[in-house]
Amino acid sequence: MTVLAFSLLVCASSLIAGLVGALTGLGGGVVLVPLLTLFFKVDIRYAIGASLVSVIATSSGAAAAYVKEGFSNIRIGMFLEIATTLGALLGANLAARASTHAIAIIFGVALLFSAYFSRRPRSQAEREVPRDRLATRLRLNGSFPDVDGVRSYNVQNVPAGWSLMFVAGALSGLLGIGSGAMKVLAMDQAMKIPFKVSTTTSNFMIGVTAAASAGVYLSRGYVDPGLAMPVMLGVLAGSLLGARILVRLHTKWLRLGFSVVIVLLALEMLYNGFSGRI
Amino acid sequence: MRSEPKWTDERIENVVANLLRAGVLLSALIVLIGACLYMVRHGHSPVAYRVFRGEPADLRGVRGIIHDTMSLRGRGIIQLGLLVLIATPVTRVAFSVFGFAKEGDRMYVVFTVIVFSILVYSLLGS
Repeated sequence: MTVLAFSLLVCASSLIAGLVGALTGLGGGVVLVPLLTLFFKVDIRYAIGASLVSVIATSSGAAAAYVKEGFSNIRIGMFLEIATTLGALLGANLAARASTHAIAIIFGVALLFSAYFSRRPRSQAEREVPRDRLATRLRLNGSFPDVDGVRSYNVQNVPAGWSLMFVAGALSGLLGIGSGAMKVLAMDQAMKIPFKVSTTTSNFMIGVTAAASAGVYLSRGYVDPGLAMPVMLGVLAGSLLGARILVRLHTKWLRLGFSVVIVLLALEMLYNGFSGRI
Repeated sequence: MRSEPKWTDERIENVVANLLRAGVLLSALIVLIGACLYMVRHGHSPVAYRVFRGEPADLRGVRGIIHDTMSLRGRGIIQLGLLVLIATPVTRVAFSVFGFAKEGDRMYVVFTVIVFSILVYSLLGS
């Protein structure tokens, strides 16, 4: 295949990944690496480098819109970014030592996790939780605009949330994904932060987390401009497009379809990892 | 200082949002320019990503990337765009140090400086 044909094909596939990722709220980053390794036969290290940079692009693009809406909590984000960036440094350094088989297997497990997570019902119920001493001292409690006025919330289980964020950062650095599913889990489930605040704050944090490991990947020569270019431009265009046409169309079937695709990719990654093909 | 508007969370968030948007757009533009040059010169060469070789030294660091950009190499210009992209969240964190300082929130100035140091270490230290 020539560079031109390859770039156009990769750009088109990345655009679809970014579009579906934005429409389903699952993020396109998680399918990029399997797409590049399984279908385009790209070495997994190049694929992770390219995926990582495009994750920064989509996160920053989307965060710009969310921050203005007033949902994301910049204090929670900044405090937890200490955990995710430290984790990302660890993950990026592990990536240099781990075999490509091991990375493929961990990737398969992470894909299964995000497919499972996307099928789980959201916790929509209003939670009345007491003020936590540590969270109050750290000034993490906040408020956000709701249908009937401003709603305030209290944050719980700070140490547990912080530890989960460290793991999320390590996975992001090791696999080149945003690991948004795990970040939301840490905030929504462990720290009892409202779902909307959790998802937007997670998006806000993904770019900083990915930047921490992207520096390591770049200096190690894992970021190939010829590959990262079509991936980054495609995913960015797809996610911006997705954010525009998100007019409450029925994403239920799209979500179901996308999670089936994720499970299939996960099995393929696990098979390739165990049989030593990747 | 009455003429200067107060730094509130809201105002900081607005600046942050604009900063992120500008960074991503600038980076996409540079990558696109590099892509055009790269396609004109190498569009018909075969691709080789099957075997991992790692990037040449000039595409791994800031100095090499700037040198390649000056000599108008497509791959160097794309890499410069990616560098701008990586720098966007770092700039956002740097601005947050300023924002929290203006608000007088010392604890969060410290937290933000920690995050900033980790990012700078990863970009320059490794």
